[in-house]
Amino acid sequence: MSSSDFGSMLFVFVLATFIGLGVIRRVSRLLYTPLMSLTNAISAIAVVGSIVVTGADHPLTIRILGAVALFASMTNIVSGFMITDRMLKMFKKQ
Amino acid sequence: MTHLIGELSAVLATALFIFALYWMNDPKTARRGVIAGVTGMAVAVGATWIQPEILHHGWIVLAIFAGFAVGVPLSRVPLTAVPQRTALSHAFGGLAAGLVGTAEFFLWLGEPGTAAVQLTPFRMSALVAEVILGFLTFTGSLMAAGKLQEVRWIPQRPVTYPGQNVVNIGVLAIAVGLGVALVLNPGAPWSGQAFIAIAALALTFGVLLIIPIGGADMPTVISILNAYAGLAAVAMGFVLDNKLLVTAGALDGSSGLILSIIMCRAMNRSFTNVLFGAFGKAQPAIAAGEQKAWKQETVEGAYQLLEQARTVVIIPGYGMAVAQAQHKVRELYDALTKRGVIVKFAIHPVAGRMPGHMNVLLAEANIPYSALVEMDEINPEMPQTDVALVLGANDVVNPAARYAKSTPIYGMPIIDADKAKTVIAVKRSKNPGFAGIDNELYVQDNTWMLFGDAKAVLSDLVKQFGGGGIH
Repeated sequence: MSSSDFGSMLFVFVLATFIGLGVIRRVSRLLYTPLMSLTNAISAIAVVGSIVVTGADHPLTIRILGAVALFASMTNIVSGFMITDRMLKMFKKQ
Repeated sequence: MTHLIGELSAVLATALFIFALYWMNDPKTARRGVIAGVTGMAVAVGATWIQPEILHHGWIVLAIFAGFAVGVPLSRVPLTAVPQRTALSHAFGGLAAGLVGTAEFFLWLGEPGTAAVQLTPFRMSALVAEVILGFLTFTGSLMAAGKLQEVRWIPQRPVTYPGQNVVNIGVLAIAVGLGVALVLNPGAPWSGQAFIAIAALALTFGVLLIIPIGGADMPTVISILNAYAGLAAVAMGFVLDNKLLVTAGALDGSSGLILSIIMCRAMNRSFTNVLFGAFGKAQPAIAAGEQKAWKQETVEGAYQLLEQARTVVIIPGYGMAVAQAQHKVRELYDALTKRGVIVKFAIHPVAGRMPGHMNVLLAEANIPYSALVEMDEINPEMPQTDVALVLGANDVVNPAARYAKSTPIYGMPIIDADKAKTVIAVKRSKNPGFAGIDNELYVQDNTWMLFGDAKAVLSDLVKQFGGGGIH
């Protein structure tokens, strides 16, 4: 993996935080509970890190750690998106 | 080629995640957000999986199946248990970050000669941050979930002892100190042990952070843990040099940050106060000067008050959800609106056990979201309201919050139920609320009390409306 420098990573982090603050501030106050389960599922994107650790040619103990992390992230993805949709379905105007 | 696909799909996934959150600004478009989120996730996972360094697929498939096996039942919990599920998912997020960080560290350490090259000060700092944030979020969220689930061996009440803050900060300071030592000497012979010690201290710190916190502070705690989980993902992104992780983690972190600030404001707590965990201490109940008497009302009397009203504001608290009374509330809402009464629900930001919880509980009972009104919008209407119906809410309608400086709820914004022309309060018992203070709303001249289980009382009330139609 090529190594980008600290500066560009920090740059991405700061910009993403500003976008996040801007977008989240506009989220309907009715939907804070589904918002939390949705952002939770999204941050389970950590799954990509776990896939690399689990699937690459690493020592066994490392891959076990990766597989447990992968399981934890996958649980968050599945339950996070499903429960968000389940809650959002309940919000009806009339 | 696969590398290019990886880069492009990361950009696409980022865009989809931002749209997912953007669509949450309106309940009408919100479900689109879920589709965008799922698509982004599928793209990112697929693009990672096809990378050439992924050689072993069996365990990946197994872990994904296990994730489905646990995740699907977790998504079907009752809505009163959503706060626990959320805390549990923060725990899983923290665990994943902590484990990946640990794996990466020992991977780089184990390869001879590469430790000094791979473990640059920048990467080592990110690793330390990832592991500390990940593991403290893991145990802290497990404790929070246990408290919310009311697991027997986890104390519900805040556990405090002298010097607690010194101990807590001390544990964290040792972990950070060891981290600094590792950043300066990544290849040292003791670095493996130091790393394990940091992980152990972070796990301990998570527990210590949550034990002094009481049930009423859970909405704030969950939001803060959400921010920590997001930051742990950001740190993982820094370690793995993965911009998609940094972006998604930053979105999660900023959401947690905003919700924490909203919750702090709604409970009149400063952010620093909360960050150091020195919150949620239950103050001793203060004795009220003179005890005024309650005026008890019968269901028939309450029915007459409601029937003659033109506008009714219902103020639900967690007590309503505990009594599983949402569906009876809906029946009452129907009976009143059928008679042309304007019914609104006043939602305090900390009503329920996590941000927005009350809205979800009411939506489940098919109450249209257009009837759910936030505190700031309903308060100006309260003086023109004929009947304020308080259902299992207590501290969020206590007028003492406006002036009684010695009470823990002083300064907390409240719903102005006391300004309505008539107040009907349904209450399970005559005990004070969590803050342990008397609520003078209940002894006001225009307040009528209905004692009993919210579901039973509402059920009787709805029957009155049914009977009233026949006479």
